[in-house]
Amino acid sequence: MDALSEERNQGLMHNFFIFWDRVGILLVFVVVCVIFGILNPVFFNPLNIINVIRQVSIIGVMAVGMTLVILLGLIDLSVGSIVAFSGIIAAGFQVKWGGSFFLSLVVPLIIGAGIGYFNGYVSTKGKIHPFIVTLGTMSIFRGATLLIAQGKPISGMSPAFRFIGAGMIGPIPFPVILFLGCVIVVGIMLKRTVFGRYIYAIGGNQEAALLSGIMVDRVKIITYTILGVLSGLSALILTSRLNSGELVAGTGYELDVIASVVIGGTSMMGGEGGAYGTLIGALLIGVISNGLNLLGVQPYWQMMVKGSIIILAVLMDRMKRRFRTQ
Amino acid sequence: MNSLDDCIIRFENVTKRFPGVLALDNVSFDVLKGEVHALVGENGAGKSTLIKILTGVYQKTSGTVLFQGKPIAFQNPHEALRSGIAAIYQELNLIPALTVAENIFMGHHFRNGRGFIDWKKMREEAQKLIDFLEVEVDINQKVGSLGVAKKEVVEIAKALSLDAQVLIMDEPTAALAKKEIETLFRIIRFLKTKGVTIIYISHRLDEIFSISDRVTVLRDGRHVATNYTSLLTIDDLIRMMVGRKLVEQYPHIDRIAKDEALRVEGLSREGVLSNINFSLKKGEIVGIAGMVGSGRTELLRAIYGLDPIDEGKIFVKGRKVQVTSPQDAINLGIALLPEERKTQGLVLLLSVIDNIGLPLLPKISTRGFINDIELNRITTEMVRMMSIKTPSLDQKAMFLSGGNQQKVVLGKWFALECDIYLFDEPTRGIDVGAKVEIYHLMNKLIERGAAILMVSSELPEILGMSDRILVMKEGEITGELSRQKANQEEVLKLAIGGSQLNGRPE
Repeated sequence: MDALSEERNQGLMHNFFIFWDRVGILLVFVVVCVIFGILNPVFFNPLNIINVIRQVSIIGVMAVGMTLVILLGLIDLSVGSIVAFSGIIAAGFQVKWGGSFFLSLVVPLIIGAGIGYFNGYVSTKGKIHPFIVTLGTMSIFRGATLLIAQGKPISGMSPAFRFIGAGMIGPIPFPVILFLGCVIVVGIMLKRTVFGRYIYAIGGNQEAALLSGIMVDRVKIITYTILGVLSGLSALILTSRLNSGELVAGTGYELDVIASVVIGGTSMMGGEGGAYGTLIGALLIGVISNGLNLLGVQPYWQMMVKGSIIILAVLMDRMKRRFRTQ
Repeated sequence: MNSLDDCIIRFENVTKRFPGVLALDNVSFDVLKGEVHALVGENGAGKSTLIKILTGVYQKTSGTVLFQGKPIAFQNPHEALRSGIAAIYQELNLIPALTVAENIFMGHHFRNGRGFIDWKKMREEAQKLIDFLEVEVDINQKVGSLGVAKKEVVEIAKALSLDAQVLIMDEPTAALAKKEIETLFRIIRFLKTKGVTIIYISHRLDEIFSISDRVTVLRDGRHVATNYTSLLTIDDLIRMMVGRKLVEQYPHIDRIAKDEALRVEGLSREGVLSNINFSLKKGEIVGIAGMVGSGRTELLRAIYGLDPIDEGKIFVKGRKVQVTSPQDAINLGIALLPEERKTQGLVLLLSVIDNIGLPLLPKISTRGFINDIELNRITTEMVRMMSIKTPSLDQKAMFLSGGNQQKVVLGKWFALECDIYLFDEPTRGIDVGAKVEIYHLMNKLIERGAAILMVSSELPEILGMSDRILVMKEGEITGELSRQKANQEEVLKLAIGGSQLNGRPE
């Protein structure tokens, strides 16, 4: 290749990555949707579309919170166990411990917040990698769930509680409203508030953030607490939807949650990404499951496709970074 | 002219174009075998780009590079290394968890018959190289436990183990103390006698004069001159680098220092600082001199609440204060400009506006929401005042040149309007032109009534800009010198000489 065309090529690559940075995953999402729509027109049926969003909303609510944690360059593996534990508590208040609607709503959220706070506090003040801390809480609260439920799921929620996961406002399922609400609130928070800017600053360079007077530990603890609350919210949606506090609820959710964030373009290194990307990431995972289902493809394939997309998404991120440093 | 035999590297019309930037423009010059060839120029002049083309990190857009008479175009640094061109960068490429010997032979281990590493041979050869360089380094020690100076020796040994013909050193003395620099220079002179060619990049012009045979000046990607160092003066060099004559290198302004801004009494930290006493007045610049490791940086960190203190009192404007975190310090009107702008001063991933805004945000927000109009106004003003060269406020800091990055760091604290500024190596690694701009900005702070405490390894800077100078050694202040009395020898005497002098201020 002669020098001139190589140069032109470099310019092209540069522009491509700038383009990718802005709209890459959205483009993939649109293309995937169009392909599924052509292969099976049922895909574009409004009911199907709403169904997809409803299905991803449980993962999506957590993924929005996980976006904040990953933006900080951290990780949380305990979200699935928080879902199970908060869920069984919600079910407990609904069915066993007096049936208070208020308590069955508030206590699981507080428990989620508490576990999140614990994750944040122990990892920052104890200087333990959050991977380890949350691996620990993941196991602790899975066990606590089994202990409280004594091995049996708790079923039979009140109609009011059922609304959270199964209710509709007009044509739109209530969980979808919760999910999109979380995306918008967190999106605005990241862009417009001091706290949001602090998250990017810490994720980008913790030392510089500290020297700029940011209470780094406090931001981290608050962020874990937010993710805990959102995991509690997911637990409410799931328990309500299933009409039951299940023992194995939320098993493996952490992987789908992290996948949504990463596919959405948030860097595992921290400092880059955002909530809207995560929305697309979560939807992409949902669309692929749904589309392959509609085409009658075995579910095993879905897992393989999902895994491949995760790797591809991170690969694109990596290439973007490498190109930028040259 | 030199015969082709003497010429080991020849650049012919080398051009490198990045998207939107012409980094090198038809650069041509020769490097002779066995010489120390200095490469100087302001940041962004094209030094790094040229080196990266030579070592295969970048590919040139056009032109020719001849090495030992043959055109070369390495695809990666590994190829360059195999051919005998080694580069030692500021951020050293060593593996801290491995020993000196392992690092030296990293990537070209000796193997025994069965394919395992031949440890005995490796240690022997490593020892030979270290002995050859006549330095005290234990080859069995982990590299992570070595100081910067010894790490550089390991890098040099590593290059020699590959029979490097050309050794490129990028700011090798940036983190070295004076004595270590002498050792490095001794090694460089020794390598020269063995026929190794050294390409030496530094911002410290005095070093260029003491070590290099010839010097090449680049400016804005163009070749300005290549000449024998002995035929030039520092002024010549600066003029060629900046393309104009600098009227004043150190624009110090005499002013009357007024009320006390900061006072430190009996500050101690086990093994780091002992019984530090001094005061700083509004409107003055106090320089802190001393060797690397004398506790200068640690003193600033202690005042800023980054490190805990064992004993001692800190007074801000006469009031005793407790500083346990940078946030406390900022609330008291203290700002710290750290020595490493890339790892401590800036969030490279964030834009200019977000970097400058970082410490300001609580002040310009209501109920947690940022007042974007105010942020924009302040940042625009800072960019103008600091004359930061950036295409927009949204440009990420990583894409700015070193001098402009430092101005962003300065702008961020300038905007906050603090009373006390702690500067740690304010001009490290930035070019002469930008340095003077930084000094002018320091003067602006002083005019505003602020006080400045400045740590620097560059003595001329300390002598040129300070109203008073504190000298530190082994965690103690060994003396205070007034601007009139201070000179290089006096400072060095206190910095190296005796702690028994005990010339405490106050």
